[in-house]
Amino acid sequence: MLTLIGVAIVILGFALKLNPLLVVVAAAIATGLAAGIDMVAIVSDFGRAFTQNRYMALVWLTLPVIGMLEKNGLKERAQALIARVGAATTGRVLMLYMLIRQLTASLGLTAFGGHAAMVRPLVAPMAEAAAENRYGELPQETRDLIRAHAAAADNIGLFYGEDIFLAIGSVLLIKAYLDQAGYPFTPLQIALWAIPTAIAAYVIHAFRLWRLDRRLKAGLGKAP
Amino acid sequence: MSVMDGIYLLLGLMFAAAAWYNLRDRSNPKHLKRALFWALYSVTFLFGSLLPPFLVGCLAIGMALLAGIGGLGKSGAPEPSEEERHAGAARFRNRLFVPALLIPAVTVLGTLLLQNYRPGGKPLVELKDATLVALGVSVVVALLVGLWMLRQPFRVPLTESRRLIDAVGPVLALPQLLAVLGAIFAVSGVGQVVAGMVGKFIPVDSALAVVTAYCLGMTLFTLVMGNAFAAFPVMTAGIGLPLIVKLHGGDAAIMGALGMLAGYSGTLMTPLAANFNIVPAALLELPDQNGVIKVQIPTGLALLAVNTALMYFLVFRF
Repeated sequence: MLTLIGVAIVILGFALKLNPLLVVVAAAIATGLAAGIDMVAIVSDFGRAFTQNRYMALVWLTLPVIGMLEKNGLKERAQALIARVGAATTGRVLMLYMLIRQLTASLGLTAFGGHAAMVRPLVAPMAEAAAENRYGELPQETRDLIRAHAAAADNIGLFYGEDIFLAIGSVLLIKAYLDQAGYPFTPLQIALWAIPTAIAAYVIHAFRLWRLDRRLKAGLGKAP
Repeated sequence: MSVMDGIYLLLGLMFAAAAWYNLRDRSNPKHLKRALFWALYSVTFLFGSLLPPFLVGCLAIGMALLAGIGGLGKSGAPEPSEEERHAGAARFRNRLFVPALLIPAVTVLGTLLLQNYRPGGKPLVELKDATLVALGVSVVVALLVGLWMLRQPFRVPLTESRRLIDAVGPVLALPQLLAVLGAIFAVSGVGQVVAGMVGKFIPVDSALAVVTAYCLGMTLFTLVMGNAFAAFPVMTAGIGLPLIVKLHGGDAAIMGALGMLAGYSGTLMTPLAANFNIVPAALLELPDQNGVIKVQIPTGLALLAVNTALMYFLVFRF
């Protein structure tokens, strides 16, 4: 029971909006102590796991390229291109991006996209520009809402696309787990059942993006 | 030195540059703290494979203390001016997209190559590292092409990465810290305790109740752990296999596939999935760190209902 203290610290810490780094470190140390591990061993486990998970920071390696391109007008160019497409709306731009993200992920190409490499420099500016072309200068809350939707479209496309691919981590994890429990399946037999959800995810979220367009139109005025 | 160590070296240099520019940033009264934060992070990349784990643990805890107590102040990283950006857009036009698209293109091609090209029957890098190595190579290619195409001095990528690193802030290291927390939860047996608690409250003879408990359990557990992969073995051992498969005769493959997807609803709704939810909010400079989660909640809940219904109708039929 006491081992759940870390979970409680995390929930409380995030709810109170304390510094997330401090919350996570406190939760890790408290959980380890509650499980009867001594302090030196906890810090060593912490360091070992920190080193093992350094690969999670690799996405940041794109920042020098993205920053240099931003300084030279990448966002502005992306916006100028969208301005030429009369049919472009925020919802449609994001629907198209989500479709590309989901299809490439379902082929195992999960590296195509991402928040640092695609959403910040290209997708979010295009989605914002599509609304700007129709309704002029946008209030900041509207910009923030559109940006949040751009990040969401990336996540949803990725999550519900990659599970169809046979050699992806999640399918292999399910297979490995069921194998050792005495239920052997091929990856295909597992990945197949992710297809209905993948379609539902696209339809549901595309519907919400369509509603976003309606909401922008109602809030910001008539389309020209 | 492995290829991965080489790539970590590049990351270490990038964070060292961020530390250096912050060290000289007199506009921020806390510039020393901010510089030290990125310097510590840089050390874990430059020398992480050589340092004893205890020391790396101390460095990581030191980062959390620096960021958590009193904050790091406001970075004085210069923003590129509007004239500069518009002039660049007018001058370089669609050439600007070339380095940006080279990153995913080279990553994808490089991954396929590293996975399939085996001179002498041996792959060039470990297969699990193929995507990571390809990403590292793609960035180097995109950087060189970008520097040449845009005629930029070498310091620009470093000053600009420092601007973006400071814009994201300490949250940048959060996904890595959360992975550490997951590892510590695992060795401490947190999962078993939670699964045991959920298991106590289910009316086991109702197939619908069992399926609902499993899917809801996957979502809730993922909300708390931040990761559906961590929730899956625990919930499947606690509810999925004993109740859905053994007691009610459900199909294990369908249960596994849809159960994992039910967990993804949790991923869409939790700040603990920091790399998907909190980091992009920082990258897109949203005032609310939960801004991305808020727009994902309706879709997450709808898909939880879809997965539960699909599992109930399919799992006992095949």
